[in-house]
Amino acid sequence: MKIYTVCGMGFGTSLMVKMTIDDILKEIGEKANVEAIDMGSAKGLSADLFVTSNDMKGSFPSVDAPVIYLNNMVDKAEIKEKVTCFFEA
Amino acid sequence: MLKSMLTKETVVVEDTCDTWQNAVLKAGELLKNTGAIEESYITAMAESVEKNGPYMVIAPGIALLHARPEDGVNEACMSLQVLKNGVSFGHKERDPVTLAFAFGAVDAKLHLQALQQLMELFNDEERLTKLKNCENVEEALVLLNE
Repeated sequence: MKIYTVCGMGFGTSLMVKMTIDDILKEIGEKANVEAIDMGSAKGLSADLFVTSNDMKGSFPSVDAPVIYLNNMVDKAEIKEKVTCFFEA
Repeated sequence: MLKSMLTKETVVVEDTCDTWQNAVLKAGELLKNTGAIEESYITAMAESVEKNGPYMVIAPGIALLHARPEDGVNEACMSLQVLKNGVSFGHKERDPVTLAFAFGAVDAKLHLQALQQLMELFNDEERLTKLKNCENVEEALVLLNE
């Protein structure tokens, strides 16, 4: 399982989302390799899931995996709800 | 980690700031005054907002401004402007910004620790509300160091 968290530069919010997802995966007993990247690097990458901000919706490259768009990149409750939903699907 | 970076030199409490550009300049100035960044880093932060849009407004009322380590960071650093009446970054839903954080990163490990502590703050609604409404720098520092 590979998850990419994506923001404009790859070491601000995407890192915070990565750390949050790492915590959540422990809580729900799932395993995945989570990596923070910048949007320019997302194109052409293969993964099981991408997680990014609602703000990126218009410009996010087309990828062959589900994309979670977050309203609030630092809200653990929203991230947990959406990531848990992905694992239950 | 936050404690060593967010100090009375790098935290300000103001009523407002007229434009987001000036908020970025001020954030940069606070960091540059401590010697932690070069002028080029301030320009890079502003360019990043111009280029990528207001996505640096990461949560309602909160902006996290930064550029890349190679844009001129001498040491890990962070600044905070508490803007009681807020400043507009042009974000449809998350304006006005009342907490404008800025950071410069060099070392991955320290950077992760700092971001982790920021996440804890951002998910502590009570502390966050108090911080947005604090009256002065002393009050802000107490809240940041809790």
